[in-house]
Amino acid sequence: MKELFVILLSAMLTDNFVLAKFMGICPFLGVSKKFNSATGMGIAVTFVMICATAVTYPIHHGILVPNELEYFDTVVFILVIALFVQLVETMLKKCIPALYSSLGVYLPLITTNCAVLGVTVLNIDSSFSFVQSIVNAVGAGLGFLIALVIFSGVRKKMEYADIPETFKGVPATLIAASIVSVSFMGFSGLFS
Amino acid sequence: MAEKKSLLNEITKGFVKENPTLVMLLGMCPTLAVTTQAKNGIGMGLATTFVLLGSNIVISALRKVIPDKVRIPAFIVIIASFVTFVGFILEGFVPDLYDSLGIYLTLITVNCIIFGRAEMFASKNGIAASACDAIGMGLGFTLALFLMGSVREILGAGQWMEMNIPVLHDNPMLLFIMPAGGFFTLGMIIAVVNKLSKKKPPEELGCHGCPNASACAQAGKGGCE
Repeated sequence: MKELFVILLSAMLTDNFVLAKFMGICPFLGVSKKFNSATGMGIAVTFVMICATAVTYPIHHGILVPNELEYFDTVVFILVIALFVQLVETMLKKCIPALYSSLGVYLPLITTNCAVLGVTVLNIDSSFSFVQSIVNAVGAGLGFLIALVIFSGVRKKMEYADIPETFKGVPATLIAASIVSVSFMGFSGLFS
Repeated sequence: MAEKKSLLNEITKGFVKENPTLVMLLGMCPTLAVTTQAKNGIGMGLATTFVLLGSNIVISALRKVIPDKVRIPAFIVIIASFVTFVGFILEGFVPDLYDSLGIYLTLITVNCIIFGRAEMFASKNGIAASACDAIGMGLGFTLALFLMGSVREILGAGQWMEMNIPVLHDNPMLLFIMPAGGFFTLGMIIAVVNKLSKKKPPEELGCHGCPNASACAQAGKGGCE
């Protein structure tokens, strides 16, 4: 139990996917302008990460390993994630239209989000068990959500700031991300 | 002659004018993640160039065969196959580089540059033009990564390509090889590019580079807000 807790917290804070591992930078910079879209994207990513882990883990250990086809990991995983996202989108549209209207727009963007492929591959690489993998995916997703939500707050403040012409737009955003990343460095060494 | 000139143009546009990282702001994840050393930057850049070249050629050759509706999964499979292939080559011949790139090598699969070029260029142009486009974009990416890696390695470790830099080697600014330094360096470099280039680059990450722009309902309505 304690071990699972450590995995969860370290995926969320010390090894934050966005700020320490640089995965999913595109949505981090692109969708963090408003609080609502940041939350929506964060929840959608968390959801897809958990489901993708739940699907790819059995595939890796049940089909690829017994047939000595581990090197197909990348091809199979990305295809499964792409199909899965499509499936979730269709199902949400049919069954829960209210949720679809708030999360649906972010789903197509997630297929090629490197954080989702990253978490599934990392789970295999660090030879986690199934439960550990799921916990790691939850932590990674929540870490992504936290980073996006915090950063949307920072960017809201930045809109009123007087930024030099050259730094307007992306450069200022990246430097702000750097400062948020410094604040996350404070968590390092928490579990060692 | 005109043909040759336009092919040359496809190659050179990726270096500066349409540099995928610094001007079009694509492929941010590897740009930030592997550039703690100039050497890794070059390795990552060349690996990406190779995948880009292969996938652009294959996609361009198959562009009339792949039905429009399933093109995204089809592209993904082609790209992922090339990534697996590059992974094998690096593991066999340069195991050091393979280890230091780690998971980011796998993540070339979802690099927006490759997907973006497949969607925007290779699926609409001939094989020769697509190959030139891939080389140009790939080398532009490599150049940007090398620049990032050099700045971070010199300031953060006081070294450059295994040479010690006099004063900095004794007092390296460790922050620069940490994640926070990556964001900071990239921000600074893009600001310098903004200052130097006459044409104003996009203020925000728009939908132009997003691989799903055609499938996404939000495209063209002011981005992913």
